[in-house]
Amino acid sequence: MLKELKPALMMLVVLTIITGALYPLAVSGLAWALFPTQAHGSLVTRDGEVVGSTLIAQGFTEPGHFQPRPSAADYKAEASGASNYGPTSGPLIDQVKARIDALRAANPDAAARGPIPVELVTASGSGLDPHLSPGAALWQAPRIAAARGIPEAQLRTLVSSLTEGRTLGLFGEPRVNVLALNLALDALPAVVPDGAEPPGT
Amino acid sequence: MDSAGLLQIALYLVILTALTPVLGGYMARVFGAGPAPLDRVLGPVERGLYRLCGVDPAREQHWTHYAASLLAFNLLGLLALYGLLRLQHGLPLNPADMSAVAPDLAFNTAVSFTTNTNWQAYSGEAALGYLVQMTGLTVQNFVSAATGIAVLVALIRGFARRGTRTVGNFWVDLVRGTLYLLLPLSIVLALFLVWQGVPQNFDAYVTAQTLEGGQQVIAQGPAASQIAIKQIGSNGGGFFGVNSAHPYENPTPATNLVEMLFLLALAAGLTDTFGRMVGDRRQGWAIFAAMGVMLVIGIGVATWAESATNPALIAAGVDGLGGNMEGKEVRFGVANSALWAVATTAASNGSVNAMHDSFMPLGGMVPMVNMMLGEVVFGGVGAGLYGMMIFVLLAVFIAGLMVGRTPEYLGKKIEAKEIKLAMIAALTVPFGVLGLSALTLVVPAAAASIQDAGPHGLSEVLYAYASGTGNNGSAFGGFGANTPFHNTALAVAMLFGRFLVILPVLAIAGTLAAKKTLPASAGTFPTHGPLFVGLLIGVVLIVGGLTFFPALSLGPIVEHLLMTQGISFTGAPQ
Repeated sequence: MLKELKPALMMLVVLTIITGALYPLAVSGLAWALFPTQAHGSLVTRDGEVVGSTLIAQGFTEPGHFQPRPSAADYKAEASGASNYGPTSGPLIDQVKARIDALRAANPDAAARGPIPVELVTASGSGLDPHLSPGAALWQAPRIAAARGIPEAQLRTLVSSLTEGRTLGLFGEPRVNVLALNLALDALPAVVPDGAEPPGT
Repeated sequence: MDSAGLLQIALYLVILTALTPVLGGYMARVFGAGPAPLDRVLGPVERGLYRLCGVDPAREQHWTHYAASLLAFNLLGLLALYGLLRLQHGLPLNPADMSAVAPDLAFNTAVSFTTNTNWQAYSGEAALGYLVQMTGLTVQNFVSAATGIAVLVALIRGFARRGTRTVGNFWVDLVRGTLYLLLPLSIVLALFLVWQGVPQNFDAYVTAQTLEGGQQVIAQGPAASQIAIKQIGSNGGGFFGVNSAHPYENPTPATNLVEMLFLLALAAGLTDTFGRMVGDRRQGWAIFAAMGVMLVIGIGVATWAESATNPALIAAGVDGLGGNMEGKEVRFGVANSALWAVATTAASNGSVNAMHDSFMPLGGMVPMVNMMLGEVVFGGVGAGLYGMMIFVLLAVFIAGLMVGRTPEYLGKKIEAKEIKLAMIAALTVPFGVLGLSALTLVVPAAAASIQDAGPHGLSEVLYAYASGTGNNGSAFGGFGANTPFHNTALAVAMLFGRFLVILPVLAIAGTLAAKKTLPASAGTFPTHGPLFVGLLIGVVLIVGGLTFFPALSLGPIVEHLLMTQGISFTGAPQ
């Protein structure tokens, strides 16, 4: 085997240069020329300031915003993560019950509307899932309408206008981007209902 | 399961089948005699590379020489990667200032990437700098895949040749696999991924001011170039911690479909390459059929299990129509998550787009079984088919015993020596999985890595060692694998699972190449028909699978029964 070490070492050096340097650099060059926004993380700016990435969920807790799926990583985009709890895990079930209680408290008519969509109380795989199903977004509409003093119908229109269908009508699941929803909400002219605080104060 | 989900699964299988002869034909031209399609462009590069490295491409190697070249190359690759991981704090392109990786974790990671396992006891964006990801991990993604294909090609030559002492030249197979196959596919796939949203940059992590006035630090990096090869080369090591569940790693249903196709595309194509190179394409399709049947059964069970919602959650007030969404992403839903889980463990890929630890008990059992069978349902690039060839030899041996004839396969007599070598390879998996799992359970410090109480805790251990020994790399992520014990034991499992299969396979290639080829006679058992396909599936399930049934009963099966009774477990794992 000793005789093999010289060609092995040379091969490793040469293939490292090709696959470890030339290849990623060539892909980077092409990517920056062809798809500069995506190559740099699909960042979203508002008034010249980076407010997030369209692909990455961020935490929303105010009643006037759509809330994304729960995150086991606390929406930390430098440390993605999941709960990894198995289906018979006691901590999982306690956690889901606590989320159900919190949702019911924040959405006063929730109890009357029957079971809660499963994705609103289960943590996503990445902790950064940027989407909700249209159903889970609409489930939050009454709370947002009340907090912002806007009609629910307007929220329904917003959700359906931002809903992405299956790719080619076939692949994936219908979904709506939570950050895009909330950016659109924040861009609405503020209407303050009687006796309610405007959002974000 | 809704019809949209079933339709997606069916389309996936159709596209995969359609790609098989295309890729199979291309690979047969890359590794067979005669010119390859990209010769005009890549030929000069290839020849220059041989000259630089002092390799004579025309010089064929005896199997022992072939194995020595392979081992030397892999050993140096392992040492180089270990060095990069240990020294990364002093290297450039490290904008997030990652510190040196601890010795046990660096050893585990170096073994993991050189053995094509890509088990990750670290989280990419929180532990590694860009230079290490590129020049360390991406390189091993390429060459470990090319190594697996090389071993398979040597074995195929063993069947195809007669009365020779040689099985090919490792350096030529390694270089041609990398240059002609993996590199062009990776460039195309990487650009597709960037178009869809996968980052490819060397930027510092971005700090965003969130809409509600907080701050969010968003990891960046040259992700697309690594993700492309991790899917193509059945590597599976994510650039980011949560792998292809991360929206930066797998942003859209389109990326999900394409990444999922490349999980299996080369491995499936190699069945046809095999058929072409041995001069009878029906032989390749027979093996494709056996693998395909097992794949479809696995997909069926996993999708059915994941479509159900956890009864304990329904009792708490959750809608029962959504399926098991803990650890899954909305854009993929249940169907694409279950399909991926089966495909990634059928292949020895191990990338994930949903968290297997949070799968339903039987949904998580399917990936586990796939790995315990030795990942022969298409399997890793090269590794899957040479693993399957072990079962093929056992199947013809058993058929030979039943009719009282010396077994033959493709005109080669299968004798005691080949069967002994095949058994070494076949016994490696149960030894690694059951032996090391048992060790974990009796060493208290090792058992402390278990996260979940109850039978799910046993599943976490079994999954880890099945993944390591099978060179898969996916995990039940709750298992705290980053301890000196598990980093070392899993590295041993990965080395055994890789090289204790490769060496017997190369030895078989050598003995087969030396044999003469007998003409088929009326008494020859045909190995291209449904009878053989059925026998092969039976041998895989009985020889490969039955060993694990007791362990599976105590893990996922009993957990399923308890879950349906609404029982859950709190407290420290026992």
